[in-house]
Amino acid sequence: MARALVFAPKTARRGEVIEIRALIAHAMETGHRPDSEGRVIPRDILRRLECRYDGELVFAADLHPAIAANPLVAFHTVATSSGTISLTWTGDNGFAQTESVALTVT
Amino acid sequence: MKALLAALAALLLAGTALADDRKSGFEFMSPATQALQRDDTLNPAWLWLKDGEQRFAGSCARCHTTASMRGVATRYPAFDNTLKRPLSLSERINTCQTRHAGQPALAPESEALLGLEMFVANASRGMPIAPPADPRLAPFRERGRQLYFQRFGQLDFSCAQCHDQHAGGRLAGSVIPQGHATGYPIYRLEWQGVGSLQRRLRNCMSGVRAEPFGYGAPEFIALELYLMQRAAGLALETPAVRP
Repeated sequence: MARALVFAPKTARRGEVIEIRALIAHAMETGHRPDSEGRVIPRDILRRLECRYDGELVFAADLHPAIAANPLVAFHTVATSSGTISLTWTGDNGFAQTESVALTVT
Repeated sequence: MKALLAALAALLLAGTALADDRKSGFEFMSPATQALQRDDTLNPAWLWLKDGEQRFAGSCARCHTTASMRGVATRYPAFDNTLKRPLSLSERINTCQTRHAGQPALAPESEALLGLEMFVANASRGMPIAPPADPRLAPFRERGRQLYFQRFGQLDFSCAQCHDQHAGGRLAGSVIPQGHATGYPIYRLEWQGVGSLQRRLRNCMSGVRAEPFGYGAPEFIALELYLMQRAAGLALETPAVRP
């Protein structure tokens, strides 16, 4: 499965507010559900999403067990200069994934 | 006379409009769930679809092009000359895997098979469902029609009792749709993932406390044939989101 999809405009005017949508495939297992044998399935969730715009942190979110599987996070930032927008998800069991998109500012 | 004819024509038109009050399950969903399906950048099924696209480009693209997949999903299930029986779209993909690509068959409901099926079905998005008129399909389709009206399980319900007689009503908190399979494979919020029409039918069967048929059972192929006939002309919406 494509593990993550990031939707952001490829170009923007300087000072324009742009929307970034980040979708990732993750089970978000709560740690409260029993399996078919009655044993509790260990928690396996994403803990944090960070968005860096040319290395500078512009958005971060802490994620919790009540969030659905395959979480979608949408947020806005201001286009300042051409550069790379990179998103990093980290979570339980050493989960880490980074996706980057390029933005051209005119 | 002219006025009479016009009135007759109007009546006839009204009659045909009344005759086709079929609606996709999309119409029965909340605006929030509809928004999720309408916008491709919100729809979580795209995680599977993108995967299917990559797999298609990997092995399928040696024989097929993406453009040649347009309209294919509107015609399935279709009759297979070698096996002398109808094949659903996912079975067709799997026979391609084993017959032509020389690879082992993909497991039902596996990410790989769902992804490929979704990619192929998405190529026909917006096209009307067009079941083939192949006479060899007729006995299977008739079997499907029988199954649709047959009562199942401890609750003793047939598909028709909910999806024909009580469509638009409620089963506990959920709206009962007309049961047109227009968007499979779907991303179902309840599953928090993607599943096939057969998985959905198995859900319905265990819902009425019947023992579900196995994946790929001839009964499911027959039902699928009848359902596609029943939904003929409605637009395909893969990848659909359902509650």
